[in-house]
Amino acid sequence: MSVVEQAQGAKTKAPNGSRFWWYLLRRIGQGLIVILLVTLIVFALLHLALPEGPAVGVLGMQATQEQIEAFNRENGFDLPVWQQYLNFLGQLVRGDLGDSFKLNRPVADAIGQRLPKTLVLALISMLVALAIAIPMGILQAVRRGKLLDYVLTTWNFVVYSTPSFFLGLILVVVFAQWLHLVPAQAPQGDTVADVLAKPAGLVLPVATAALGIIATFSRYMRSATIDNLSEDYVRTARAKGTSVPVVIRRHVVRNSLTPVIAMLGYYLPVMFGGMIVVESLFNYPGMGLLFWTSAQTSDYPVLLGCIMVIAVATVVGSLLADIIQALLDPRTRGEFS
Amino acid sequence: MSTVTLSAPPTRSPRQRGLRRFLGNRLAVFGIVTIALFLIFCFLGPLVYPTDQVHTDLKSTMLPPGAAGHPLGTDDVGYDVLGRLMVGGQISILIGLAAGVLATVIGTLWGAIAGYVGGAVDAVMMRVVDAGIAIPATFLLLILSAIMRPSVPLMIIVIGFVSWLVPARLVRAESISLKSREYVLALRAMGGTHSRAVLRHIVPNTVGTIVVNATFQVADAILLVAYISFLGMGLQKPATDWGAMLTSGITYTYAGAWWLIFPAGVCIVLTVCAFNSIGDGLRDFFDVKGRNA
Repeated sequence: MSVVEQAQGAKTKAPNGSRFWWYLLRRIGQGLIVILLVTLIVFALLHLALPEGPAVGVLGMQATQEQIEAFNRENGFDLPVWQQYLNFLGQLVRGDLGDSFKLNRPVADAIGQRLPKTLVLALISMLVALAIAIPMGILQAVRRGKLLDYVLTTWNFVVYSTPSFFLGLILVVVFAQWLHLVPAQAPQGDTVADVLAKPAGLVLPVATAALGIIATFSRYMRSATIDNLSEDYVRTARAKGTSVPVVIRRHVVRNSLTPVIAMLGYYLPVMFGGMIVVESLFNYPGMGLLFWTSAQTSDYPVLLGCIMVIAVATVVGSLLADIIQALLDPRTRGEFS
Repeated sequence: MSTVTLSAPPTRSPRQRGLRRFLGNRLAVFGIVTIALFLIFCFLGPLVYPTDQVHTDLKSTMLPPGAAGHPLGTDDVGYDVLGRLMVGGQISILIGLAAGVLATVIGTLWGAIAGYVGGAVDAVMMRVVDAGIAIPATFLLLILSAIMRPSVPLMIIVIGFVSWLVPARLVRAESISLKSREYVLALRAMGGTHSRAVLRHIVPNTVGTIVVNATFQVADAILLVAYISFLGMGLQKPATDWGAMLTSGITYTYAGAWWLIFPAGVCIVLTVCAFNSIGDGLRDFFDVKGRNA
């Protein structure tokens, strides 16, 4: 990515200060193109799934030919494909994701009710995971090659290679079935407050999601810290008499965190992809479970609505990651100034 | 110079040194041995230990391990668990390998062409990759499986088509730096075609990146097979894979039927660990950047 961007950056002969804004504009433009491509993929999938249009899905199997034709005329499904695509785009721009076949409500409503609960679960899991992964990675880097490093590296390696539902299942067997410490079912309810009212039920879903995130992010943190420990500024600081813990706290951690924070933006689709598994394992009433039940009932408008929401979140997330990285690390600003 | 080299150990070629590093890497050796054992277990095992994995046996369901004739017990419809691990493993490993190779081939060609051609073509091709990455693989897999009836070839194609994006990015980055090398420029000056430049020079020179990444792709593909089965979109009985076995065992967790969950789960974890450690070893061997260490 960077080579072409640098080449493009060289071509735009903007004055120094405004180059950041050029860079930002170009990244936003790229993001919009990516979202447009996602709509194309989504629309193509919709047509692959329902070459005859959604009439039968909405009206039911018993619908007569006349009813289907009337529905198609009314909703524009008798138009040429390219015109249907433009209408679909127009709907999306207005924030209209269509109507669910099975839930008897607009897709945007259904997602709006489920998404906050998924975000809460994802956010708690991420915070818990980072609170463990960052110190773990630093500890491993400092103790590189020692027993502790080997044990933690092996642990993360095994967790990384374990399907998350198997991991969750082991947690259920041990902590819910044998030790009776926490319930195996996630809290139910329509709102975020309902879910948060029973924190014990959140322990296992959060632990399952967090273990996977820890395995990934402690690896990043470990290698970022190892890279930084061999930098000249560490030797300089040590030569000036600064103690090792202070050098790590003041210099190394700050510099190592930058790439890890940037990773968060790119991690969003993986995170959402993982949530679908965690939510269906623990029956957590979030967007992942909504997607899963919709796949079972072939409720395509809901499936595609969920994908659009995630794709937009991902594009915005990676844009934010780039901006945050630029703000935190003045060196990366050099790429576009 | 000559006096120094007399006392120094014999010089080794980079490849020899890489091979020593690879074999010195105990994890990589563990990976290769594990895969070899699993291949023997899954593909030769049924010859030594034949079981009926097609017809159900409702007279001997849910037998615990150690029951007569069933060392690992039987499942809810009477299939022998040990024999089923072999049959399921064949499917898991087959889909993993085939989908990993497919993803690598698509990704390599896509990335090599995008990087070699550059300009607007590159920009469009890489935005397509960005768009693919913005859609979580599990979501795409669920939709495609909802549209089409699951079968082994379909699962290979579907997993291959959601996994080629990362290799495409990696190969593109290398392709950009390779296309301005002298030997590629010389080929072009002598009238060589673009396809020859890509297929004979760019792709072979990224072989390290490709091989390392392909190994990780196989590991990821085996995990994805398990996820598809867990999400209820996998193969239908009597066909099975380790993920499907594990998933159908979940129902009996509270009945204490651990033998329906743990053997299949451990098989998945061991195989995926093995492919990942081979990938780590190969990364040291080729000395390339792959996944973060």
